[in-house]
Amino acid sequence: MKALKVLILVLFAAVLIYAAGDLPYRGDPDNLMHAERSITNTQVKGSYFIQNAYRDARTPNMVTVVLGDYRSIDTFGEQVVIYTAGLIALLVLRRTRTIRRRLEE
Amino acid sequence: MRRQFDSPIVLLGARLLSPYIMVFGWYVIFHGHYSPGGGFQGGALLAASILLMRVAGGRRVSRLQIREFATTPLAIIGVFIYFATGLTAMAMGGYFLDYEMLPLPGLDPPSLRYYGILIIEVGIGLAVMAILIMIFDNMVKGEDYA
Repeated sequence: MKALKVLILVLFAAVLIYAAGDLPYRGDPDNLMHAERSITNTQVKGSYFIQNAYRDARTPNMVTVVLGDYRSIDTFGEQVVIYTAGLIALLVLRRTRTIRRRLEE
Repeated sequence: MRRQFDSPIVLLGARLLSPYIMVFGWYVIFHGHYSPGGGFQGGALLAASILLMRVAGGRRVSRLQIREFATTPLAIIGVFIYFATGLTAMAMGGYFLDYEMLPLPGLDPPSLRYYGILIIEVGIGLAVMAILIMIFDNMVKGEDYA
């Protein structure tokens, strides 16, 4: 059984290494994701953000503009997730009187 | 729980560090337009400064800072700031979270977006800070930590 696990892991690693061969080189300016227009001749979102972030929001930090303006509903969802996690932690960790009494019995 | 140790050195060190961590947290929130940072990171730093005092000083000292019952309303206020910003923009005739429509007089649309991002970052920071403090308070509830 252990040999099977190792075999599966080695096969999976081989698949990953084979797939990594098709990745583009890092930092190559001719990469597809760095192009201004995609292969279907529509404008790539990333290039729009890079070119117009300062003009749209007058903010030098492009990441802040993407997080706070272009993708603001996504950030709102993140905040709601954190809030919900806090409320769940409150419900789980809160020590009510009934639970303590039940534990003492 | 009985007090395990009562060290004035730890308390003094925490008292020395805590305000600077809090100022750095606000700096990270408000300087997020120009450098790496933002609401989540700044909120974590604010929570770190308050939790440092709570761990070092115990219940007696932490009562002077944010009380335990105040954390949940602060988190709600943080989420509400974000939501109300989007809703105000929608009420003024734009899309949800379209900061161009915020009713701040005398500003052109890029500056409105700038201040809109700033407002929501403050909301995120408040919510993250309050949630982290709330989790800590509920984990140690009923025990006098430190």
